Amino acid sequence: MTRVRRVWTFALALLLVAGLWELYKVAGPQDGGTVFGWTILPRANDTAMPHVWEMLSRYGQPENRASDTPILLVVLQGAWFTFRIALAGLALGTAIGLGLAVLMARYKVVERGLLPYLVLSQTVPLIALAPLVVSWGGRLHLGAFEWPRWLSAAVLGAFLAFFPVAVGTLRGLTSTPPASLELMDSYAASWRQTLFKLRFPAALPYMSPALKLAATASVVGVVVAEISTGLAGGIGRLIIEYAREATSDPAKVFTAVFGAAALGLVMFAIVTVVDLVGMRNRPREATE
Amino acid sequence: MSSSALEGANAVEVRGLSKVFNAGRQDAVEALLDTDLMIRPGEFVSLIGPSGCGKSTQLRLIANLTEPTTGTVLVNGKAARAARLDQDYGMAFQQAGLFEWRSVTKNVELPLELKGWDKARRRSRALEMLDLVKLSEFVDHFPWQLSGGMQQRVAIARALAAHPPLLLMDEPFGALDEMTREHMQTELLRICGETSTTVVFVTHSIPEAVFLSTRVVVMSPRPGRITEVVDVDLGPDRGVDTRETEAFFAKVTEVREALRGIQPADVEPDIEQVAEEL
Amino acid sequence: MRRSPGQAFALAWPPLLFGAVFLLVWETAVRVFDFQPYFLAAPSAIWDAFRANTSLIWEATRVSGMNAFVGLLVGTAIGVAMAFLLARFRLVDDLLSPLAVALNAIPIFVLVAVFNNMYPVTSEVPRRLMVTLVVYFIVLVNVARGLREVGSVYLDLMRSYAASDVTILRKVRVPHAVPYLFTALRIAAPAAVITAFVSEYFGGLQNGLGSRIVSNIALSNNAEAWAYVLGACLLGLAFFLAAVTLERVATPGGLGARERDGA
Repeated sequence: MTRVRRVWTFALALLLVAGLWELYKVAGPQDGGTVFGWTILPRANDTAMPHVWEMLSRYGQPENRASDTPILLVVLQGAWFTFRIALAGLALGTAIGLGLAVLMARYKVVERGLLPYLVLSQTVPLIALAPLVVSWGGRLHLGAFEWPRWLSAAVLGAFLAFFPVAVGTLRGLTSTPPASLELMDSYAASWRQTLFKLRFPAALPYMSPALKLAATASVVGVVVAEISTGLAGGIGRLIIEYAREATSDPAKVFTAVFGAAALGLVMFAIVTVVDLVGMRNRPREATE
Repeated sequence: MSSSALEGANAVEVRGLSKVFNAGRQDAVEALLDTDLMIRPGEFVSLIGPSGCGKSTQLRLIANLTEPTTGTVLVNGKAARAARLDQDYGMAFQQAGLFEWRSVTKNVELPLELKGWDKARRRSRALEMLDLVKLSEFVDHFPWQLSGGMQQRVAIARALAAHPPLLLMDEPFGALDEMTREHMQTELLRICGETSTTVVFVTHSIPEAVFLSTRVVVMSPRPGRITEVVDVDLGPDRGVDTRETEAFFAKVTEVREALRGIQPADVEPDIEQVAEEL
Repeated sequence: MRRSPGQAFALAWPPLLFGAVFLLVWETAVRVFDFQPYFLAAPSAIWDAFRANTSLIWEATRVSGMNAFVGLLVGTAIGVAMAFLLARFRLVDDLLSPLAVALNAIPIFVLVAVFNNMYPVTSEVPRRLMVTLVVYFIVLVNVARGLREVGSVYLDLMRSYAASDVTILRKVRVPHAVPYLFTALRIAAPAAVITAFVSEYFGGLQNGLGSRIVSNIALSNNAEAWAYVLGACLLGLAFFLAAVTLERVATPGGLGARERDGA
């Protein structure tokens, strides 16, 4: 499918989802319903499920009675705040992931010993790590350097982002064609030379889907960190705040949720562009 | 076993067959131009030629895996499509194409399943065919446990399982080493001899074509067409010694020269061919 | 795959050694530097807290585990069904795939805030719905790929048998897609567990592992909080091992030993 067509079908799919939402509002039970005794049907009333146009028009209205600025700007500011931290988290996570991957590719013992724990680390809820990172950061005094609050969130984003990078890069580094490795041997190339001239370039096709996963993971990590460390200014905080006002202002939480979604898409788009540029001379894989 | 519609009818009849890919566009390719070919029952006919000569296309047209642009193909006296729907042929490809999730026996049973045979009959026929290709010891193995040559033998057993009158083969031994290849050629002749099957065989190996065939059809590219047909009168009983006879070498030379006879100025030298001739 | 005891040991000792060294360094550091629990709890303290609260931890694990399990089940079922639709109708594929790509890119768990609003406060459904959604996309992408990406030699073969589309689906596409389903489950099972936790941060019932961890942290009970974290890790591990075991049991002919690309 061409890229233009993809955009059209995406827009169409969104319209379809909006249509289904409104259809349910018309046809569904106003106070929720049961199917075979399980309460799985959501409430279709306007407080629980605001109309799609209400959600969209909410953007033009101010955040609360105390301000004049439309909520759109507030959400954008929050998204921008989170975006920068997520970018930092992605950069940090990528660096760590690459380093670990090289270490594991070089020493099989390290791979066998470390990889299970890396996998396990991802099941540790960030909510438990967040206070640790914050309190350790608070203790860190390197000369004039003070640990800023946002850096904790970035570290947590990096914590989620490093894993796909490490796993994907490791896979790529260990999938080098043996014939090419033998060629480098015939040149008496050192492991380091082989790493930079052969293994890394050969690993790029494995790293690009990993990078896309890492971008999303970083956003997730930062948003969760914002919620658990109470970091103000980001989109995570906005979602929690607006969710609390859901009964009085049902459309409000949607503005922040869409903002978070937009944030994720922008990150994804950036990584895709980087990927396209980096791989522009490579043969295209047949994916369809 | 073989069921030709009429006594004396051709197994395969190709008339004025042409195939153009991407017709009407800038990147149109004339894969096959105006070919005629008559194949009698029981014959072993090889199609040989350099890349782009249309040999695989011709085979696929006979198999009705693709439709001609112009011309007709008759198989067993019927249109190619009818022959395919009636399952009048078995086919073997360069990749064995065995189902990884099925045992060797179950792989051979596949066409019989599709024909609706009952379980007992399927199994006994499959075992019979595996015995024919000398793989009785591997009936419960899985494809990934077998070598390339063995997988191809299973593929051949599968292609012949329903005892079709016609066997179509698209470079089935292309991925095998020379020794295995020669062994498989001998086996194939024995199997086809025992079942009296008509065979159309695509290859780019001259010795292989000569060893196996009663006739060798030489083709050339741009556009793909038949340039010459060489009769191979080495007799019906060919064995390992046949490859070392004077008559064999003479035929190989005849086919090679027929291939060389393609205007050398128009065709870029095929590195493969050059290497082969060294 | 049968392994000799020697081979099994060679594979097992590095992680065991690393783990043991890590715990040792951790414990020693806490004692030597005299770290306060609110800064860093020692492994021994966490273990004590775990033992002291085992029944509470088990209760919380059951709740989160149930949410994850229900979501995993339903998500897989719907995902597989949709994958068939996708393979059959090109139009559905065209419509859904850009949407699926986009949804993969966003922090989808924030939708829990929306779901919490749509259901009664005491309902587990928002959490389960979230897990279902996450699992659904993982399963859909992988199984659809398995159904679609069948080698051309197989399609040629089936065409030479004049087989109908349904026959091709039954005899070729579905068996080909089975390993892809298990790859998806290997990813989706731990993802279901993590999503179950994360969904608890947005309000609603506070009876699962995620919310217990939050409340203990809020009270500065680090050792207790990490005891619940241990429970969470064990739950995630259990789900992953279950998925791997299911794969070993259900795939014939040693196909489970093959590696397949995951999404």
